[in-house]
Amino acid sequence: MTHFLRKTGVSSAMWALLLITALGIVGMRSARSAEDTIKVGVLHSLSGTMAISETTLKDTMLMLIDAQNKKGGLLGKKLEAVVVDPASNWPLFAEKARELLTKDKVAAIFGCWTSVSRKSVLPVIEELNGLLFYPVQYEGEESSKNVFYTGAAPNQQAIPAVDYLMNDIKAERWVLAGTDYVYPRTTNKILEAYLKAKGVDAKNILINYTPFGHADWQSIVAEIKKFGASGKKTAVVSTINGDANIPFYKELGNQGLSAEDIPVIAFSVGEEELSGMDTKPLVGHLAAWNYFMSVDTTKNAAFIKQWHDYIKNPKRVTNDPMEAHYIGFNMWVKAVEKAGTTDPEAVQKAIIGIKTPNLSGGVAQMLPNHHISKPVLIGEIQEDGQFLTVWQTNTLVKGDAWSDFLPESKPIIADWTAPISCGNYNTETKKCSGQNY
Amino acid sequence: MKLHRLLANIVKLLIFPALALSAAAQAQAVEPGVTVPSFSEALTALKDSPLSQRGRAIERFAQIRHPQTLTVLQALLKGNLFVLKNDGRLVIGETENGGYRLWQADTGDSLAAVESSRLDRINLTNRMRSQLRMSIALLQLKATDPEIRLNAVRDLGKNPDDETLSLLKDQSLRENDAAIQQALQLTFALQDLDSSDRALRLAALEALNRQTSPEALNRLRALTRKDANGGYPEQDAQVLKLAKSALVKIEARLQFYAAAETVFFGLSLGAVLVLAAIGLSITFGVMGVINMAHGELMMLGAYTTYVMQQILPNYLGLALLLSIPLAFIISGLTGIVIERGIIRFLYGRPLETLLATFGVSLFLQQTVRSIFSPLNRSVTAPDWMSGSWQVNEYLSLTWNRLYIFIFCLLVFTLLLQILRRTRLGLEVRAVAQNRNMAKAMGIPVARVDAMTFGLGSGVAGVAGVALSQITNVGPNLGQAYIVDSFMVVVFGGVGNLWGTLVAGFILGIANKVLEPFAGAVLAKILVLVFIILFIQKRPRGLFPQKGRAAEA
Repeated sequence: MTHFLRKTGVSSAMWALLLITALGIVGMRSARSAEDTIKVGVLHSLSGTMAISETTLKDTMLMLIDAQNKKGGLLGKKLEAVVVDPASNWPLFAEKARELLTKDKVAAIFGCWTSVSRKSVLPVIEELNGLLFYPVQYEGEESSKNVFYTGAAPNQQAIPAVDYLMNDIKAERWVLAGTDYVYPRTTNKILEAYLKAKGVDAKNILINYTPFGHADWQSIVAEIKKFGASGKKTAVVSTINGDANIPFYKELGNQGLSAEDIPVIAFSVGEEELSGMDTKPLVGHLAAWNYFMSVDTTKNAAFIKQWHDYIKNPKRVTNDPMEAHYIGFNMWVKAVEKAGTTDPEAVQKAIIGIKTPNLSGGVAQMLPNHHISKPVLIGEIQEDGQFLTVWQTNTLVKGDAWSDFLPESKPIIADWTAPISCGNYNTETKKCSGQNY
Repeated sequence: MKLHRLLANIVKLLIFPALALSAAAQAQAVEPGVTVPSFSEALTALKDSPLSQRGRAIERFAQIRHPQTLTVLQALLKGNLFVLKNDGRLVIGETENGGYRLWQADTGDSLAAVESSRLDRINLTNRMRSQLRMSIALLQLKATDPEIRLNAVRDLGKNPDDETLSLLKDQSLRENDAAIQQALQLTFALQDLDSSDRALRLAALEALNRQTSPEALNRLRALTRKDANGGYPEQDAQVLKLAKSALVKIEARLQFYAAAETVFFGLSLGAVLVLAAIGLSITFGVMGVINMAHGELMMLGAYTTYVMQQILPNYLGLALLLSIPLAFIISGLTGIVIERGIIRFLYGRPLETLLATFGVSLFLQQTVRSIFSPLNRSVTAPDWMSGSWQVNEYLSLTWNRLYIFIFCLLVFTLLLQILRRTRLGLEVRAVAQNRNMAKAMGIPVARVDAMTFGLGSGVAGVAGVALSQITNVGPNLGQAYIVDSFMVVVFGGVGNLWGTLVAGFILGIANKVLEPFAGAVLAKILVLVFIILFIQKRPRGLFPQKGRAAEA
């Protein structure tokens, strides 16, 4: 562990050096392009541990911006993407955000992955009054004036997933397994409260945390097996993060736990992650998302084609955060058109209530709490790495910033329209705490 | 015809256990002459059914006696039932040479092979899969292969209704395989426990006494559980007494197996640690080079496996075996290049070596990212490395871990022999003990340095091949293991291969013993704290080097 800390320390220093050089180049470029473009910041890691997920989102943004320019740009100007690399380093996310806002003067930033990176960017973006579109599912308990959460809040992913397991799979015993950081901890806290409210006894809930990148799952899987052998239907709700998933599912398969006996529902396993896995042991396990590549709509088919043409590789998959960027970008474009300017204050006002089609056949709307409405889909993993939708909500679910299942956040709402205009408004005391996160 | 209808009903009942109560009524309600779909009709219905109707279609199809019924159901369960895109025919396909070998589903006739893009798979949900398993079990109850029969009996015994029970009872009269007979007796004993006949219940408990299955355990636990008032719901004192003693026996056996399992987990984690650390033990231990790029050399080995599997997609096992020497060569050569290009200029300056090799590690990572993309690559486990060896109901050892454990011991023995018995080994030991003296004796020190580093790096590559079977193959693979590797080497005693082996196994077992109590996160911390304290007491690790060489 000490080694690790030392290592990241060194690495940040080295990356900083590299980035200063990179900065110079970007600076020169932006000096040349005059005021006739609108700049859009893309803040996704292209190196380090998170590059695995974020590189794709960078490409998605470039594709969307490119497509918008082909349509004639925005407000008669061309859009220009400013891509920076925060290198999976949380403090660097803040530095890069500051640079995008002060130096490049971008109109909006699309980026971040993981709540740690978002929380690191938050103070900067609030201080400089920028706009951030965050495309990944997260644990909620936050609503900033300057951030738009286009990923799922817990009530748009975790809660419906548990409902599905409870009502359709008839699960009675629950394993909440997660990686040890803020998203799984908060989500599991919400889920535990929710399960207990539904009458699940504490001894039927097993909560388990593992370190990042955990590779040796033998004893934990054995424990799940033992927990599930009690004769009652057992389900695993997994908030295990990215890299630890492959050894986890492998171990499940090898120890003979099939999806029919103990289904695992995951919130962080999507098409992109599956494309790097041997899917044999995963068949039948579940995931809850707001979009699947397998969704059969003409909008989605067009999006997949656009992606394949842009990336020049027909084997690449699309996933949920890509759809979130698609929605977020289109909302921002519409809001800018409505406001007639890219001024953050005006866009913030204009964007609430904006509707754009999503890829699964519905229409997403930006809500006053800066979250969006989404359908919830539950899919079973198939051998080809795609999902087969087995359940979905009839209507779109509105994102809830502050969970109703935690006693401390139950009375709190977020509403960025007048007269409340607050991200943390207590409906009981009728007070705005001003602490948005 | 009569048996046919009876079977058909059983299938229906199995699928809808809720209907079990009305079993008798249902059996009578079926009028003679009710239209049973023909084989081809049912098959077409299966093909054309939308997902929501597919469960019903499967159920109908499974009722039809036809030579192909079982084959089609099994193919469906395995995900091998496809619709040909061009003519809409239903076919069974098996992967071959990157495409699919086909059979006509209704006749079993062999067809020309096609590419996977021309096939549409018939998708299933979990519910359909368990439903299929039941239908197949029913059809396989009379199979000649005892293993298939055993699985069928196990599947059917999970939640049997009266009709299945009588079917199983018939089977038990004919059955002469001991394991199947035991599985059958367990099912009966569990059923008899609920009987009103006291003698039957006592006999059932007697039988459960010898069982170790989870079902028996759960049943006994439920039977001996106290209710809210602190009394036992079970009124019969003798039944209660017998149940308790059976429970104690089963739990004692269980505890023993749990302990055995923990030891196995520990040894297999230890084997992974030893594999990762043993190369480092040579470069760090023997040469004194802190090589931060050691993890990336493992990563190269893992990527070699990936590339080999891409080259030989039909021989996954062979590709894996070939990767072992290939990874050794690739990582070894990379190691030699690093040593000749960078490290040799930095001997005796550990801090600079650390920084330089750290730079190399970043360089290697980003290179892999540029060549293979930052996404993880999927390395498929060959069949003989998947699944587990079921020792008994409670103890199963996963094959991949078992192989890695054996592989680790092999690599260790081989390395030990190289160092002990070859000329290179002699020279390596000589240089490690006293560099100047070795030089004076005419040993080409520079060449030995390069070879030693190459050897250590090559072993890292081989470790990478093993790691590709249990974890992600991605640019970050190496980082996950570098800290653990150093930990093992330092704990075991620098420059001692035996120390690395013992240290790896101790740390593995300690981790696995602590994990159930402390959780994975705390277990890791505790192990680290333990090592820090241990190093305070014995700075040179478990097996310190002795003699004058140690002081040098």
